[in-house]
Amino acid sequence: MALLEATNLSISFGGLKAVDNFNIKIEKGQLYGLIGPNGAGKTTIFNLLTGVYKPTEGQATLDGTVITGKKTIDINKAGVARTFQNIRLFKQMSVLDNVKVGLHNHYKYSTIEGILKLPSYFKKEKEMDEKAMSLLKVFDLDGEADYLSSNLPYGKQRKLEIARALATNPKLLLLDEPAAGMNPHETAELMDTIRFVRDEFDMTILLIEHDMRLVAGICEELTVLNFGQVLCQGETSQVLNNPQVITAYLGE
Amino acid sequence: MKTKSRRLGKNTKNDLITYGIVIAAFVVAEVMQATGSMSSLLRGLLVPLCMYSILAVSLNLTVGVLGELSLGHAGFMCIGAYASSIFSVCTRETITEVWIRFPLAILVGGIFAAIFGFLIGIPVLRLKGDYLAIVTLAFGEIIKNILGSVYVGYDANGVYVSLESESSLAMGADGTLLINGPLGLSDVPLDANFIIATVLLLLTLFVVLNFMNSRSGRAVMSIRDNRIAAESVGINITKYKLIAFTLSAFFAGIAGVLYSHNLGYLAAKSSNFGYNQSIMILVFVVLGGIGKMRGSVIAACILTALPELLRELNDYRMLIYAIALIIMMIATASPKANAFWEAHSLKKFISAKKENKPAKEVQ
Repeated sequence: MALLEATNLSISFGGLKAVDNFNIKIEKGQLYGLIGPNGAGKTTIFNLLTGVYKPTEGQATLDGTVITGKKTIDINKAGVARTFQNIRLFKQMSVLDNVKVGLHNHYKYSTIEGILKLPSYFKKEKEMDEKAMSLLKVFDLDGEADYLSSNLPYGKQRKLEIARALATNPKLLLLDEPAAGMNPHETAELMDTIRFVRDEFDMTILLIEHDMRLVAGICEELTVLNFGQVLCQGETSQVLNNPQVITAYLGE
Repeated sequence: MKTKSRRLGKNTKNDLITYGIVIAAFVVAEVMQATGSMSSLLRGLLVPLCMYSILAVSLNLTVGVLGELSLGHAGFMCIGAYASSIFSVCTRETITEVWIRFPLAILVGGIFAAIFGFLIGIPVLRLKGDYLAIVTLAFGEIIKNILGSVYVGYDANGVYVSLESESSLAMGADGTLLINGPLGLSDVPLDANFIIATVLLLLTLFVVLNFMNSRSGRAVMSIRDNRIAAESVGINITKYKLIAFTLSAFFAGIAGVLYSHNLGYLAAKSSNFGYNQSIMILVFVVLGGIGKMRGSVIAACILTALPELLRELNDYRMLIYAIALIIMMIATASPKANAFWEAHSLKKFISAKKENKPAKEVQ
């Protein structure tokens, strides 16, 4: 059974069909790409999958349970984590604290225990610190753990966002343009990191990207979206050579 | 995990410095009192200073940590003052021991304010920014106006409440008037003193600072920084907003307890529980630094004491006060001033000395 399966997912804003009859099947452990020209509805699909929007039609299932229609936090608890196109970090908090917020639902102690600093507070905080630091190490951010997250350079902010998403221990990771604004060197590094995350955490990843080198380099399957509709779906090399896809991207 | 222990240590150290400043100020004040070098004016200010500090710290929890602008903080203070004063007046005969009665009164005041904070928070926290500020302002005024005009009395048959006049309560001959409309409660026991007020301030700081360093505090701050991202990592927005708002109201209520038990009487007026008061507290928070609890305490103390200490200057008083406000604003918020503090900080001074020492030895 596929890890993520969306059937006939549609949403319209007023008269505009932003996403129309979207179908996707992602197997566990897959690195899946979602591409398409600007305004094709890629981020809208992410918002549908994470409960920001409710679909007008269709549904999506994660591991067999329906996630569409649920609240964002419940979908996160069910195992979907995401990053954002325009980076959304907790800017006034340290790099370490950003990841620790991601660990919120996995290391629990009550507000009272925290205020009174009972032994459970120190125990859980220590575990959280260790877990957060090990995650930061994966992204080579452990040296900057005490920095304010807004003081990180752009590329590292993107990585921190991925680290924070991974902290919620998801089954499916949604990356919204992870390479946006990166130089070719940083992009190459990011490709290694994404592959590493998939292998190390046994993660399933769905990513939106405009950088064709990245998409061609790491994605195993692709879905191309145009004007809210699926244009083409299949193995990366086949999809990228499809004349329809080339037309949508480059014009006639 | 070296980085981690260092970081935890830094927070704790910072908090300890804050407690240290409060305790040091307390000791200085006590010594001055003992040696008789404190003017009666200043002596009368000691409890209000603690009270305003508590108010500033508690509002900073809403404004600085939760990131929502609340302009009705005096309303919660008003509820705390009335609830605790009614409790103290009613139990004056039954609980004669002050050391039992007053802590209970503090709890009653705090809990009542917290309950109202919770109930008001449910609808109000759905709003954002300017809208939230205006609605909290309205709630503060409503609370003040209702409590400032209500008549409450009791006799053998029960409790009577009226908004019209004392006679409309229609109590029996044995009736006792508890709240006399705009005149409020006239005989609140004078249970508050400087020691208790300082302990309460320390307690407030302890709870708020520990809260900020805990899992819940991080959740609240993540909502402040980016609500959408917080939701995406599974933070329950409503729950943590309500926790912070309720905690904030709880301590505002405790400040209200200090207020009425220090004055000995209680009447809700615009001057003590009106929006001017709420804005005054907000001024403490903003000038002390948003999200900085130590700054809130210092700003509250300076800005409460200054107008009183300048009383001799009569007409020039408010002029100097205004100038002081502007200077504080520049000193705490301007980038140039921040750079100056950074360059001349105590830490840098000490480390510079350490570096100089071996150089001298070589010479």
